[in-house]
Amino acid sequence: MAASSLASRAVASLSPSISTGASRDDAGSSSVVGFHKRSSAFTGRRVRISSGHGSSAAHGRRSCVVAATAAPVKESPPKIADALVTREEGLELYEDMILGRCFEDMCAQMYYRSKMFGFVHLYNGQEAVSTGFVKALKKDDYICSTYRDHVHALSKGVPARQVMSELFGKATGCCRGQGGSMHMFSKEHRLLGGFAFIGEGIPVATGAAFNTKYSREVLKDLSVDAVTLAFFGDGTCNNGQFFECLNMAALWKLPIVYVVENNLWAIGMDHFRATSVPEIWKKGEAFGMPGVHVDGMDVLKVREVAKEAIARARRGDGPTLVECETYRYRGHSLADPDELRKPEQKNKYAVRDPIAAFKKYLLENGLASEADLKAIEKKIDEIVEDAVEFADASPLPPRSQLLENVFADPRGFGIGPDGKYRCEDPAFTAGTAEV
Amino acid sequence: RAYVFGEDVKFGGVFRCTSGLADAFGTHRVFNTPLCEQGLVGFGIGLAAMGNRAIAEIQFADYIFPAFDQATAKFRYRSGNAFNCGGLTVRSPYGAVGHGGHYHSQSPEAFFCHVPGLKVVIPRNPSQAKGLLLASIRDPNPVIFFEPKWLYRLSVDEVPEGDYMLPLSNAEVIREGTDITLVAWGAQLAVMQQACAEAEKEGISCELIDLRTLIPWDKELVEASVNKTGKLIVSHEAPVTGGFGAEIAATIAERCFLRLEAPIARVCGLDTPFPLVFEPFYMPTANKVSTA
Repeated sequence: MAASSLASRAVASLSPSISTGASRDDAGSSSVVGFHKRSSAFTGRRVRISSGHGSSAAHGRRSCVVAATAAPVKESPPKIADALVTREEGLELYEDMILGRCFEDMCAQMYYRSKMFGFVHLYNGQEAVSTGFVKALKKDDYICSTYRDHVHALSKGVPARQVMSELFGKATGCCRGQGGSMHMFSKEHRLLGGFAFIGEGIPVATGAAFNTKYSREVLKDLSVDAVTLAFFGDGTCNNGQFFECLNMAALWKLPIVYVVENNLWAIGMDHFRATSVPEIWKKGEAFGMPGVHVDGMDVLKVREVAKEAIARARRGDGPTLVECETYRYRGHSLADPDELRKPEQKNKYAVRDPIAAFKKYLLENGLASEADLKAIEKKIDEIVEDAVEFADASPLPPRSQLLENVFADPRGFGIGPDGKYRCEDPAFTAGTAEV
Repeated sequence: RAYVFGEDVKFGGVFRCTSGLADAFGTHRVFNTPLCEQGLVGFGIGLAAMGNRAIAEIQFADYIFPAFDQATAKFRYRSGNAFNCGGLTVRSPYGAVGHGGHYHSQSPEAFFCHVPGLKVVIPRNPSQAKGLLLASIRDPNPVIFFEPKWLYRLSVDEVPEGDYMLPLSNAEVIREGTDITLVAWGAQLAVMQQACAEAEKEGISCELIDLRTLIPWDKELVEASVNKTGKLIVSHEAPVTGGFGAEIAATIAERCFLRLEAPIARVCGLDTPFPLVFEPFYMPTANKVSTA
């Protein structure tokens, strides 16, 4: 099937000079070192100069089971010391993915109970991408997302309570209920939004990346070293804004990573029928940046690619385009009957569930026990339940909030004749209309 | 030589508007485009310039903004009638829907009314929609056809079979009255009907006009009505400042100044981006209208 041949293609990814840089890079993280030892086992995807373990072609043949973990393809049985993550990191990643999954499932429930409304787009199945990338960031780094943004927000650190409240439209939400599902923003956690319009976030992220570069080079403020990640989907890669930004970012060597969550469908539009060159990673090269393809259902692979791309950006070497092959288990939104996707395709990806795969990896490598993982799942269940209760109990935003923030004047409609802010005047918003 | 294209139209579209068309006419005439609004409208203009009837669908009117530049086409004017894109009809669901939020509920009709050479048409129910759409497609000028998405599920109507067209630039009086004229279009008319019924109880006889085509709009009909009643209220979902109600108010004030007994009132959406939670508060409801 076309999709699998896409996946199995050996990717001319980060160019040799980049790889070299990275391998000699003092990134300090043990997993990079461990990486070299097992590049043959792990990457399957990239050309690495250092170890001489060639690349992917030998491992190109994909099968659903293998893709799940790096384990089966090894020469020797794994030892704890050789694993790609430490126990702490592993548990953190697992917890984040479980949080994403559990939260989204709860969203679906709440939606069908009419606690949540509007257009809600769930992230089930794609957790590895969010966790893999966002957990490789620092707190100061920025991310920009799409309408499928709940899990990005959660991974970046926005409390589940705030996200749930926002979905319920309550005043305690991260945007005080103004944005809803598709428009999550958080200054504290550097989340530059949730955008309903596809492609809208890409230029915004590009601008944020420019800010970093400008601060460092023009304003000579080296304390600013934030990298920006822009997340978007396969459909967006046919949109003008995408191309315009790739060009600008490469031209000015901006510290940004463009992450494509290629789940093969843009509502009802099959990626292969909408795109002349379906290998999105190739488009990076046209603009002079490395284009990488990675298995988006494997959190460790995503994480490795993420770390390298982020390090590259932080060094000042410019942008990277990363295509993550992933899949959404649910429909495009909760209103989507999802009639167009064939069961074979869905099953093919269902067995590659990133959470199940990672769980297996953790257990097989002795990084965690069943009890540990169960404890995490229980903890997350409680967090999500608590979030729902909190959101339920929270108040709706007051009517005066409607008029706030339209203009820069913090109270929107300016000052009334009596010297007070207009929207504080109850008469202004009450009117005689019954709502 | 007529084509229907847009995002997801092949399986019927997100509102099922185009279901069955691909089966009936073939996928070479009913096809999906990738996600590129600007390209889509420009592509439509190209097709139209070659003499085809291009019916482009923009999934939600809110997405029409990237295509704005292309939409203000001016093809006929610029080329001295060498080319024209009259065959282009852009269909788009617009307006509030109860849960759309910022980006699925906007009413951009006012922006397009400001473009000379473009026509903007808005039906109020299915039978009107059929007639107006056929007329729009056959009209030798580019037309933007906004469909009130609120009505997709709600509106129930007897639609005559067969081919019929309703004249563009003709407004329609849908309720006769003598005390006050009310002008609206699209889904807002249902609200206005309610308001009229309420007002009737208090002895106010309302004349309700559906504008149907926003530009060029039927000034004569509205003028005649206001000359009869002496008062006017215009109502639309879009924000009040710079909304199309302003154009109507200004023109009628010009033409009927001496006849007007009271200032022209506009009952419209508020001047904020379309809110999610506050939608009931934002919308010009029947109560607001009857208060006016």
